[in-house]
Amino acid sequence: MLYIKCPHCGMRPQTEFSYGGDATVKRPELNKEISDHEWDNFVYNRKSLRGKHLELWQHISGCRQWIKVERDTATHEIFKTFKADEDVA
Amino acid sequence: MESLPKKAKVVIIGGGGHGLATAYYLAKEHNITNVAIIEKGWIGGGNVGRNTTIIRSNYMHDDNGLFSEFGMDLWRKMSQDLNYNVMFSPRGIINLAHSDAQMNVYARRGNSMRLNGIDAELLNREQVKEIIPMADFSENVRFPIFGGLMQPSAGTARHDAVAWGYARQADSMGVDIIQNCEVTGFDINNGKINGVRTSRGDIKVKKIGLCVAGSTNILAEKLNMTLPIETHLLQACVSEPVKPVLDRVVTFGAGHFYISQSDKGEMVMGGDLDGYNSYAQRGNLPTLQHVLTEGIAMMPFLSKLKMLRTWGGIMDMSMDGSPIIDKTHIDGLYLNCGWCYGGFKATPASGWTFAHTIAQDRVHKLNAGYSLNRFNTGHLLDEKGLGTKTWIS
Repeated sequence: MLYIKCPHCGMRPQTEFSYGGDATVKRPELNKEISDHEWDNFVYNRKSLRGKHLELWQHISGCRQWIKVERDTATHEIFKTFKADEDVA
Repeated sequence: MESLPKKAKVVIIGGGGHGLATAYYLAKEHNITNVAIIEKGWIGGGNVGRNTTIIRSNYMHDDNGLFSEFGMDLWRKMSQDLNYNVMFSPRGIINLAHSDAQMNVYARRGNSMRLNGIDAELLNREQVKEIIPMADFSENVRFPIFGGLMQPSAGTARHDAVAWGYARQADSMGVDIIQNCEVTGFDINNGKINGVRTSRGDIKVKKIGLCVAGSTNILAEKLNMTLPIETHLLQACVSEPVKPVLDRVVTFGAGHFYISQSDKGEMVMGGDLDGYNSYAQRGNLPTLQHVLTEGIAMMPFLSKLKMLRTWGGIMDMSMDGSPIIDKTHIDGLYLNCGWCYGGFKATPASGWTFAHTIAQDRVHKLNAGYSLNRFNTGHLLDEKGLGTKTWIS
């Protein structure tokens, strides 16, 4: 069981959360002319790093907020959690 | 320890089922025997030794159906072909349906399968009950069994034997299998492969085939490629051995759970991904509990069994749930990845078509649908519309 510290609610078990994938992926700017390749990168292509990985989780059985979690994908160690709009240093 | 060759005609990275099969078919079908397989761990130590041994071709889409059915032919001949008993057991697979709508969907898939020459039978509730009476046919269940879709020619095989059989035959034809050897980098010159760097030295080579399942993203990073793949963890488990009770492979239709009984009597089970990016090769209990809850809903007697072993493997989850066997933008670099839940059954067809793609430097019509650029062009192969986003099921 992973324990994730929700920045709003505190430490909770993983079963309260739903996973949302890579948090570093940025949607292309609205109304900007973009290539198929850029769109492809946003929708499909992922680095899927081994090691430190910044990812989105939703506290679906809690406050229902989206949060960012910095987790090691090989050891599952969770380094830090952030609010969705918080800047990651 | 095997010595590292200075050069080779083809280097296959990854000594799992797909890599070993690719080397075997390069030698057998294309007379290319100057092949080196580079394996970081030991052969057959990855997903070919961690799966639930299910073999099937019950797909609706032509690209998946024709590819997999070609594979079924190779499975039927495999023990003779490799002179190694892979214990292929065509016991049939039943996908259970739990609503009228699901019966309609299965009827459609069954018809598509038959049009592609794959055997399919739509079973009603009574017919299913005759075959698997131990499933829950009582009243007042949350997911009543309405019927199912059966592919009688599907089945199981001894997964380790598949790796050993391919390895032995490839080795006897001159393929070098180098274990405990990690790829550390690539020599690329003007967009062309020139060689591969490993923890035990460099190899000069013009053609490299990547067959590394859950480690694809790690090697892609060394190649400055970003792929439509996320690496996830999938668990499986076996119960204590019991007397013969189940002579088919059965899947639950209201969730993700599959079960068969091994020759030793263990119930072999699996289901959902853990659900978040992982390279851990070991599982987490909440997912196992979720999967086994589905199992018990389907076959209540499972709750009485003790669990013997659980384990995990890391999967290449492609974004549309279908694999990639293709050339890349780098000349001489070939990609075989994205097998999601279904890599084991694809072993022979994957090896065969990948060997063709490498040897001829062009894809075979059987793997033309498994292109890398389909995500860019929009030609997704969305058999279930389910890639890495398992929660949308």
